[in-house]
Amino acid sequence: MVNYFPEEVLEHVFSFLTSHRDRNAVSLVCKSWYNVERFSRGKVFIGNCYAISPERLISRFPRVRSLTLKGKPHFADFNLVLHDWGGYVYPWIEAMAKGCTNLEELRLKRMLVSDASLELIAKSFPNFKSLVLVSCEGFTTDGLAAIASNCRFLRELDLQENEVEDPRGQWLSCFPDSCTSLASLNFACLKGEVNLAALERLVARCRNLKSLRLNHAVPPDVLQKILARAPQLVDLGAGSFVHDPESETYNKLKNVMQKCTSIRSLSGFLDVNARCLPAIYPICINLSSLNLSYAPGIYSKELVKLIRKCKKLQCLWILDTIGDKGLRVVASACKELQELRVFKSDPNDVGNAAVTEEGLVAISAGCPNLNSLLYFCRQMTNTALITVAKNCPNFIRFRLCTLDPITPDAVTMQPLDNGFGAIVQSCKGLKRLSVSGLLTDQVFLYIGMYAEQLEMLSIAFAGNSDKGMVYVLNGCKKLKKLEIRDSPFGNMALLADTGKYETMRSLWMSSCKVTFGACKSLAEKMPRLNVEIINEGDEMEGGSDDRQNVEKMYLYRTLVGPRKDAPDSVWTL
Amino acid sequence: MEGYSRKDVGCPQLLDLIPKEKEWLVKSAEETNYGLSEEKKLELRLGPPGGDWTFKQICGPTNESLLSFGFFPNTTAGATTTAPWQHQTKASFFPLMEKESCRIVELQGAEKKAFSPANTAVPNSSSAQKRTAPAPVVGWPPIRSFRKNLANGNSSKLSPESQKDFSKKPIENCPKNKFVKINMDGVPIGRKVDLKAFHSYEKLSSAVDELFRGLLAAQGDSSTNGIKKEVEGEKVISGLLDGSGEYTLVYEDNEGDRMLVGDVPWDMFVSTVKRLRVLKSSELPMLFCGSKPGKLSLDRSI
Repeated sequence: MVNYFPEEVLEHVFSFLTSHRDRNAVSLVCKSWYNVERFSRGKVFIGNCYAISPERLISRFPRVRSLTLKGKPHFADFNLVLHDWGGYVYPWIEAMAKGCTNLEELRLKRMLVSDASLELIAKSFPNFKSLVLVSCEGFTTDGLAAIASNCRFLRELDLQENEVEDPRGQWLSCFPDSCTSLASLNFACLKGEVNLAALERLVARCRNLKSLRLNHAVPPDVLQKILARAPQLVDLGAGSFVHDPESETYNKLKNVMQKCTSIRSLSGFLDVNARCLPAIYPICINLSSLNLSYAPGIYSKELVKLIRKCKKLQCLWILDTIGDKGLRVVASACKELQELRVFKSDPNDVGNAAVTEEGLVAISAGCPNLNSLLYFCRQMTNTALITVAKNCPNFIRFRLCTLDPITPDAVTMQPLDNGFGAIVQSCKGLKRLSVSGLLTDQVFLYIGMYAEQLEMLSIAFAGNSDKGMVYVLNGCKKLKKLEIRDSPFGNMALLADTGKYETMRSLWMSSCKVTFGACKSLAEKMPRLNVEIINEGDEMEGGSDDRQNVEKMYLYRTLVGPRKDAPDSVWTL
Repeated sequence: MEGYSRKDVGCPQLLDLIPKEKEWLVKSAEETNYGLSEEKKLELRLGPPGGDWTFKQICGPTNESLLSFGFFPNTTAGATTTAPWQHQTKASFFPLMEKESCRIVELQGAEKKAFSPANTAVPNSSSAQKRTAPAPVVGWPPIRSFRKNLANGNSSKLSPESQKDFSKKPIENCPKNKFVKINMDGVPIGRKVDLKAFHSYEKLSSAVDELFRGLLAAQGDSSTNGIKKEVEGEKVISGLLDGSGEYTLVYEDNEGDRMLVGDVPWDMFVSTVKRLRVLKSSELPMLFCGSKPGKLSLDRSI
């Protein structure tokens, strides 16, 4: 019957499918659906930029308007991957500039972005609207200046946690007076000065501005003027919040804040004087998202005074200076909480307290809607994890990080296997899990058995033998990304189910017991995997001993064979 | 929850990790002055699940029995370091069934991993004792470098309450090094240098030449972006300290100001420097005038 639908009808139906997974599924039904789908797909998500080539992307999806690309493996965030490993965006932009100039949106994560790339974007895509860069590097504010100057319809420039060099600092003035389309501007990660007058003028003329995140160079008096011009803001990242609470500026800031009743999301406070925080109290009741994890030097008491006013909070990112006591207040005040991230604070910072299992248990008891957690803690117990599992069966993301990677249950000294086992058993929808602490093969047995929806698993310093890894590979049918460091998994585990890796996006193993020879035989057996060995500074000769342990291995499925841009220290087998 | 069984062949044991019919107590907070006034203690009850939990052995004959992992309603101080699952506590615990061909997970003397931190001792009470930090592990705890840099960067600027030593050590946490970032105009990827390895400005200058000479040559045409390397002749980078070369070395100090390298005694420089930059001399108009001011006021907030 579906064969008789004209293509326009199919296309209209497909237009309601926004998730790329749904669209991928639809395109597998039959050739005609594949074709209708591919011509109508506007947003493409590529989780590993080396799995496919830009040319193939364009030939399959000629009308792509929005492209998301991810480059380096996740462990690159923690300095485990060389800077020049790869993930260059330039070839993609070059290809799109030739074949697909309708590009409107580019979202990049962990990629190397050069100024030349940004300049090429700026001049190749007349309808370019949105640039989102997360954890990228390789560019300077010169590249941003090119974007600002040339993208006439720019709506969104969102820079999250990038390493950006700032040689000149005038990029903000490059937005022409005719630019009024900005709805979202986030430059919080930039380290240099900005032209404050240009910033004020920009905010004044962009009436659609909803999201603005400033860097540390924007002082409170400018913030006050900006807020006076843009009371319609929904998302604010304050830059510097250091001022004399007795001053006129502070008074003005307090007054103008009260009028910002649309603000739902607050972040930043990159420099902060805690005594200025009361200026924010009036808007706390409206907040659904609060990120104070970049704000140094706030004592738990002050954090708590602020947070207990945020009754509608759904997402909280905070430093562990809040302490267990502070978390108990959060638990009692923020009943709608869904996502909590507690980051490790600088050990030399004031009020450094760290959190333990007690804080987590309190949160789980008070916030039953909790579904996403990142928790850096000094210690943990099985009891606590079991309690948390019972209280919060809705976890989708559960990432626990003990400061000592192999710390056992703080009370019983046993491994934390049972605790994590309870989490995976109870949380049927769990998609992402990071485990830490003293863990044996047993925890992986549980994970393999229960974590049916698990897509990403991070393992460090865990397990006893190959069996641990095999339990996971056998059990987790939906596994997409597996990253392992410093665990005793070896060749038997690596080679136990080589076909599995084609169902996954990638596997990372570092400081494990996998040998050169095993990696070579895996690569030979599976031509559609790239098996990369990263050996920094070691002998890379062909005569390398097959029995030698490999320091870092990263393998991923790909349709385009070994990449040609790997540096010398990365060897594709 | 209905009775649960895995369809896979040779499936491992099903384990009831959340005990049934037990009252679970969150540790009742000793301090009650933080707002939990509605309930003194948080009581959580597990309703009995629908069916029994069954499991099969991992390998070997099918032996069915119930396995349940107990927990401690009252926390016992002191660790039991004996057999793994056989906690000697309340009656909720069912003895572990025999394992025949299955490996018992050996938890005593848990195998040392490839890397083990120096200190694995754990305090034997759950009170908030400060632990001695284990030896630093690369990339652990997993905190993004961006965040780590933020912490270090901030500590030198603000917070009148905290006394920050000007020679605050960077991320690496080792007093014998002082690693600072160094970036060069025209080279997108930066490097890091350990200033404590040099003892003079001259040594620093020649190190900069060594670090960047090759990278600069490889840049060549900026649009190649590192994919194709143009092998031009590698030029020596000289005259970094006196304004005579194509490039000049500047640094950012602990007050956030940009300064010309070379004015102060070496040790003072090392203690106040936060990062280095190699700028094109043409970008620094002062140098053309022949004067050598102390501060470069590259004031951009005009």
